[in-house]
Amino acid sequence: MLTLENLVALLPLIVVGTTAMVVMLGVAWQRHHGVTALLSAAGLILALACLPVASGTLSSPPLMVMDGLAIMGSVLVLLCALVTVALSHHYLTGYIGPREEFYLLLLCAVTGALGLVASDHLASLFISLELLSMPLYGMLAYSFRAERSLEAGIKYLILSAAATAFLLFGMALIYARTGRLDLAGLAAGLAASPDTWTLAGAVLMLVGLGFKLSIVPFHLWTPDVYQGGPAPATIFLATVSKLAVFILLIRLVITAPIFDSEWLHTLITLLAIITMLGGNLLALFQPNLKRLLGYSSIAHFGYLMVAVVVGGAMAVETTGVYLITYLVTTLAAFGVVTQVSSPFGGEDAAGLHHYRGLFWRRPWLAAVMTVSFLSLAGIPLTAGFIGKFYVIALGVADSQWWLVGGIVAGSAIGLFYYLRVMVTLYLPEPGMRRRDATNDWGSRVGGLTLMVVAVLILVIGVYPAPVIDWVVGLSGVS
Amino acid sequence: MILVWLILIPFIGGLLCWQAEHWGEKTPRWIALITMLFVLVISLWLWVTGDFTMPGEGSRHWILEWRAPWIPRFGIEIHLAMDGLSLILVALTGFLGALAVLCSWQEIAHRVGFFHLNLLFILGGVVGVFLALDLFLFFLFWEMMLVPMYFLIALWGHSGSQGQTRIRAATRFFIYTQASGLLMLVSIIALVFVHFSNTGELSFSYDTLRGTDIPEALAPWLMLGFFIAFAVKLPVVPFHGWLPDAHAQAPTAGSVDLAGILLKTAAYGILRFALPLFPEESQAFAPVAMTLGLVGIIYGAVLACGQQDIKRLIAYTSISHMGFVLIALYSGSELAIQGAIILMVAHAFSSAGLFILSGQLYERIHTRDMRIMGGLWGRIPILPGFTLCFVAASLGMPATANFVGEFMVLFGTFPSAPVVVVIASVGLVLAAIYSLLLMQRVHYGPEYRHGALAGPDLREYGMMLALLVLTLFVGLYPQPILDITTPIAGPAAELFQQAPTELADRAGEVN
Repeated sequence: MLTLENLVALLPLIVVGTTAMVVMLGVAWQRHHGVTALLSAAGLILALACLPVASGTLSSPPLMVMDGLAIMGSVLVLLCALVTVALSHHYLTGYIGPREEFYLLLLCAVTGALGLVASDHLASLFISLELLSMPLYGMLAYSFRAERSLEAGIKYLILSAAATAFLLFGMALIYARTGRLDLAGLAAGLAASPDTWTLAGAVLMLVGLGFKLSIVPFHLWTPDVYQGGPAPATIFLATVSKLAVFILLIRLVITAPIFDSEWLHTLITLLAIITMLGGNLLALFQPNLKRLLGYSSIAHFGYLMVAVVVGGAMAVETTGVYLITYLVTTLAAFGVVTQVSSPFGGEDAAGLHHYRGLFWRRPWLAAVMTVSFLSLAGIPLTAGFIGKFYVIALGVADSQWWLVGGIVAGSAIGLFYYLRVMVTLYLPEPGMRRRDATNDWGSRVGGLTLMVVAVLILVIGVYPAPVIDWVVGLSGVS
Repeated sequence: MILVWLILIPFIGGLLCWQAEHWGEKTPRWIALITMLFVLVISLWLWVTGDFTMPGEGSRHWILEWRAPWIPRFGIEIHLAMDGLSLILVALTGFLGALAVLCSWQEIAHRVGFFHLNLLFILGGVVGVFLALDLFLFFLFWEMMLVPMYFLIALWGHSGSQGQTRIRAATRFFIYTQASGLLMLVSIIALVFVHFSNTGELSFSYDTLRGTDIPEALAPWLMLGFFIAFAVKLPVVPFHGWLPDAHAQAPTAGSVDLAGILLKTAAYGILRFALPLFPEESQAFAPVAMTLGLVGIIYGAVLACGQQDIKRLIAYTSISHMGFVLIALYSGSELAIQGAIILMVAHAFSSAGLFILSGQLYERIHTRDMRIMGGLWGRIPILPGFTLCFVAASLGMPATANFVGEFMVLFGTFPSAPVVVVIASVGLVLAAIYSLLLMQRVHYGPEYRHGALAGPDLREYGMMLALLVLTLFVGLYPQPILDITTPIAGPAAELFQQAPTELADRAGEVN
């Protein structure tokens, strides 16, 4: 039965869901872009404010659990969504056609993500995952008059549906063996030595989730979707969607004992290594910035898979810290792409040549881009280094030398294309007129948010202690 | 606190330079110059007032120390300390930094502010490397100085010889050093976790980790992780691929920094970290390291003889000189280690001098190709004379600092490895050949073109004179440097003498 305490624990989810309804009704009544964006942001902030209250109640609503991992996930999801909203507003002002529905879709997806990070039951897991994915199809195909955007949406729809089928089949197999759907029950039911069917079920679930995280053999959609989707939708996909799915994966790994099996370990290790190397190799000569960032995110989730292999409390901490560093970095990198492409005008400015000599036109924007790429490459004094340090430390502490070798090799390869992008920003610009950010980008909400994110990258890189403490505090709870 | 300021001053100066561009082109130059002179003055003041007497038993020999917690989760702290060796190298950084600013006074004409930002950030990073005592902090500075160096080469470099663009050279430099640095990071973390599993204490502190008892199977690999990172930067021969291109493509200031200070960070790293952290493994590794040093000496010298580009020639001579340093560091002799330190200083002066001279030559005749030089002695006043002096220094002529360094290295190494010394001496002959080849092809011989060229102005004259005076001073009176490095060289040499007895003890225990 749902008690009042349970409802309080679910408050952030309820607030975001309600905001989505209010936005929908508001749009039906009267369209106003600014008000809609403001309303969405207000809803997200309110949900963020509710989180301390929700975490204070020690009750777990049915199908859900509000532990440290869930709270960490919720905070990150809400913050990323907030940044996406801030960046979307300026971007969408140039869009001809209904702009307000974008926020509606975004809020629905955020509801799904919040549910996903807290789900404790395969049913809630599945529903939340679909609630997260469905609006994403719409968001990716939002500028459907552009061929690529439509292509991205449909591609993601079809492949995502296939992945969902895998996931469901995996769940069904596991259910057939254990007769339970809640994670605790699953863990208890699987404690006995795993047989072929449960292993197959676990692998199929891994395939389904691996698709969402674009782990290497399931990554084929990533570059096209990243390139085709409008920039804010891509930001959302790259941050909120991946973050929520990964938190779910790590929750599965630490609760279900099936993932301790030797055989599955080897499989995940192998996947992690080919993901690290594959992502970086594919990005090497990529001239399109959004595709490049897509490949780069594949590589980053390859590094993060180390946490899945190792497991344990330290892995949760690593996941938290790495995800935070990945999120601020990705938000900044895509944020710059969004700013340069704002307001919307057909296709995004994603070709590398658009960014040639950006430093001499827009020094601050180029500085943000430089910082975010240094962070992606994991150079000291940026957040990315702290994340990389954590992952390597985790690998070394568990003596996973193959994975550590993979990280080192992957990072070395990765430098090549990160540097290529970085130096492009500083080359003398050719005489031709290029796509450019508007002159007032810095004084807009999106621009200011971007600056804050960039400063955050440096702050986390220089003084990571508060972030680490926060993550340690939360990962101890779970 | 003064140590923190030594690191912060270049960074603050760099940011000021960047913003000062709005007030005219000269402002960033002056700010950068004053910043570096400030660093130099502070370090000289420390030198004069510091106490470098031999420390008592057990106490550390830091002149200054500063520590503050940073990331308590991993026991990482901001731990800076200075002893004689770091003091010499910091002073050298200040001096060569000022020279680098001066020698780009005319050469760099566009984006002056951003150029000096990068230049000062490199120098700040280098000072950090010399002062950091926490391994995490050391690694941080070690990697951090690469980024501005990358920009320096990629944006202000020359697109030099056949098909080698400056961006490619810069990228190669970055990937080489960064990838090897990651190996070092893995080694550092592994060392920390070994220490953690032994004692239950997470710490990145140098003093704490020194006594770590590492499992025998793991120790050589960890030592190699450190060694490769330093070997790439030094550079030791199989890892030297980045150096000639980086030098040839870099602007003069970049070459001066690269040869003068960045290469020294590697020798410093070996002396400070690789040897004391892994004494037994290093001693077992010494024959390999010495062989690599020998290969470097001969290889660098032979290749230098065949170069057409004047800066590539000097770059290859650096490989040769650093071979001597490597041999000395692994010789386990106090005399040789002191010689290596003097040779580092001497090489910084002589290579900086030659790079600056080739930069000045480039400003006048717009080429670095020695095939179309020749007979410049008659066309340019004064500069050829200076070139002759630095060439003489580079080949190790007595009365120059290089002679003192090489002599001490060879003399000190002889008792432990006579064969190595004999072969290394061949390098001295080759040094004479390439140095004279350089002089002959550039300044003597038939004139390739005619017409007088401008002589040095006051700035150029002053730079050369300062370098020359220092080279001769250290060559004639090296005692000040020897005085303050004795407390470092002694213990470093003892590491090798202790290790076998410890091994023998252990063998005895087993029996």
